[in-house]
Amino acid sequence: MTNGEPGQPRTDRSPWNWLLVVPIALPLMTFLFNADEPRLLGFPLFYWLQLAFIVVGVTCTTIVYRMTR
Amino acid sequence: MSGHVTELVVFTLLFVLVSGMGFVASRWRRPDDLASLKEWGLGGRSFGSWITWFLVGGDLYTAYTFVAVPALVFSAGALGFYALPYTVVVYPLVFLVLARMWSVSHVHGFVTPADFVRARFGSPTLALAVAITGLVATMPYIALQLVGIEAVLKAMGITGHLPIVIAFAILAAYTYQSGLRAPALIAFVKDALIYIVILAAVIYIPAQLGGWDSIFDAAKAKFDATPAQGDGYLLNAGNQLQYVTLAFGSALALFLYPHSLTGVLASKNRNVIKRNMSALPAYSFVLGLIALLGFMAIAAGTKPVVGENGKADANTIVPVLFDQMFPDWFAGVAYAAVGIGALVPAAIMSIAAANLFTRNIYREYLNKDATDSQEAKVSKIVSLVVKVGAVLCILLLDPQFSIDLQLIGGVIILQTLPSVALGLYTRWFHRSGLIAGWAAGLASGMWMLYLIPNPASGKQHFGGSAFGLSNLGFDTRMTVYAGFLALIVNLAVAALGTLLFRAAKVADGDDATARDDYFADEGEPKVKDLDLTGSH
Repeated sequence: MTNGEPGQPRTDRSPWNWLLVVPIALPLMTFLFNADEPRLLGFPLFYWLQLAFIVVGVTCTTIVYRMTR
Repeated sequence: MSGHVTELVVFTLLFVLVSGMGFVASRWRRPDDLASLKEWGLGGRSFGSWITWFLVGGDLYTAYTFVAVPALVFSAGALGFYALPYTVVVYPLVFLVLARMWSVSHVHGFVTPADFVRARFGSPTLALAVAITGLVATMPYIALQLVGIEAVLKAMGITGHLPIVIAFAILAAYTYQSGLRAPALIAFVKDALIYIVILAAVIYIPAQLGGWDSIFDAAKAKFDATPAQGDGYLLNAGNQLQYVTLAFGSALALFLYPHSLTGVLASKNRNVIKRNMSALPAYSFVLGLIALLGFMAIAAGTKPVVGENGKADANTIVPVLFDQMFPDWFAGVAYAAVGIGALVPAAIMSIAAANLFTRNIYREYLNKDATDSQEAKVSKIVSLVVKVGAVLCILLLDPQFSIDLQLIGGVIILQTLPSVALGLYTRWFHRSGLIAGWAAGLASGMWMLYLIPNPASGKQHFGGSAFGLSNLGFDTRMTVYAGFLALIVNLAVAALGTLLFRAAKVADGDDATARDDYFADEGEPKVKDLDLTGSH
């Protein structure tokens, strides 16, 4: 958070914040991955892909944190 | 019980060791004066990234998650996996919101969500509504931690309530003594134990069961064979919307609980919170694997412990699985992880409930001129009362009923979202509109929960959170999370009410916060520690 110039209101707005929409929307679109195949290490798609979304979540929030601090 | 001696010894040893740490905690990062509410309840608000990570994680991932999520996966299949997307969605969702909450709280000295609502909307009534909602929603949550401990004890062949009473007496004593320091310190041990147990479980158990392929195939075979429509090893047309709304609704509710906020407010600055929001999903990975213990139990042919009433207790599925698969000494370690995993969140929750009562009911309505040490004293006593209440819940009620209470708790805490979370962004809502929306959301939520039967247990009402859209006249077997629908009703009424009250020129409250307060950070003159005696 940078201190705003005098007279200019401070804000937490940033175009980077839009990146946060990705890990919110993606895991909720179940129709995309409600399937067994392809399996990964024995995990059906439904299960391994949702575990993989954690990585998407961490990546997106970390980028937003780094770019807006 | 003879077969469980090793487990019992290991469990007891670890439990006693960790409780000892709880008492030592009062000396850790010793403050000048533990007698004020700020020191006792918020740990002096000086926790950096690491401690905050353990503290927030410590109260979000509870013994109940450990026990109930796999139990749900065991009995319902894919639907129970909602816990994973829920914890993936929650952090990006609250990333910006919590930073605002931290700033405005530190400028004005808020400790509870109700403090914020009171100042933002100038309405003691709305603040009281938010405070009571928080208290009512938190208590069954604490009781549920006991369900977790009880499941472990049952798996070791121990029945009767005395051990639970002892466990909670220990918990009560050390939170009374050390405040938030106790759970913060113990959270390290709890997490270490849980990580060890889970890593062992996801490597060792699948190897014993013939690999992940055969675990998932066993689950598929089980659910293909059942006639029930709500279950399945993948989602179906009926429960897909339920899965999505349950994950999203739970994510919206999580940080509305007063105890989640306690950990957030205890962090040092805005960046600590943001950094944590990107690091906390490490727990989600563990949670996803914990959920899959339910499928492992299917593959291993685990049978839950049958209780005194002749009904199988699904919550014992994970402890029994550990008993079955692990060597005795390690099962003891795993049980200790669950047991200690119950104590940390229970301590944080009872402290949050105590703060809520002290600040928004005691100081607001009972003793307006309370001093710092009076407040700390009331808080300590309330935190005891809350714990005793939780123990009574378990002793007097059917455990199944406490799980239902928790379900209701989730639906009602969601109804504070418009005033607490949206309030951080907009002052557009009229305070009376928000009260009307809150009431309408609660009423419709209760109505929907009342209509939900549970075919498995033969209950007619309050049998789950999956509300059938057929109740509203739609010709479908689709279900939706009741809390989500209730929130929509709440928002609609709040918006309509706002327009109406504005048009009727009903007086609105004053806003005690300024725009800049929402962005203030550590080191600025107006960012201060709690002002406990001043009123805003």
